[in-house]
Amino acid sequence: MKVKYFAWVRERVGKAEETVEPPASVRTVDDLIAWLAKRGDAYAHAFETPRVIRAAIDHAHVKSDTMIAGAREIAFFPPMTGG
Amino acid sequence: MTANVTILIQEADFDIAREIAALTKGRTDIGAVVSFSGICRGSEGSGTIAALTLEHYPEMAEAEIARHAESAMSRWPLTGLTVIHRVGRIVPGENIVLVLTASMHRQAAFHAAEFLMDYLKADAPFWKREESADGTSWVDARHHDDAAAARWTKS
Repeated sequence: MKVKYFAWVRERVGKAEETVEPPASVRTVDDLIAWLAKRGDAYAHAFETPRVIRAAIDHAHVKSDTMIAGAREIAFFPPMTGG
Repeated sequence: MTANVTILIQEADFDIAREIAALTKGRTDIGAVVSFSGICRGSEGSGTIAALTLEHYPEMAEAEIARHAESAMSRWPLTGLTVIHRVGRIVPGENIVLVLTASMHRQAAFHAAEFLMDYLKADAPFWKREESADGTSWVDARHHDDAAAARWTKS
């Protein structure tokens, strides 16, 4: 699946998007955050406070306990500050 | 007549008078247009802001704003609405966002404009980075923006 990062999550990870293939044990958004956080220091820094990270699956906001099966694109970003 | 809905995400500035004219052109069923524009301030608290840079998630921003525009159209008897959100670097005094709502009577237009702005502040995928004398930093989300957006989901 494709993963996208925005704002300071993108800056900390060091890339805007990538394709990842998490193991089947990674079932929810929370699981994916925990799995990504173990990919290195940059990821650990980006995801050090999971509760502030917002997620979207296929361009719609989702809660952190949402199942990721079937997702084409998952995005992670900080709370939004538009308007 | 069908409702006139315009949603634009763009780097360029917008002309409020021209947008209102486009929303009302050729119609005689509009009795009220409410206009809200968000403008880049030159200070935040005691600090001076040199510029804001707005990042966004293009596909999601378009989908989400369209979904909330539809929601506004179904909640209030609107004859049209316009949402323009700028991205990129914006300096103090420049426009950031425009919401126009048109209706036969003012109450629907006022409510819908407030609903759309509350949503844009709290849930639309845009992020502001602030430039100041101390460097750049991401703007923190405000809890009262979340609370303002949440009140529209109560019955």
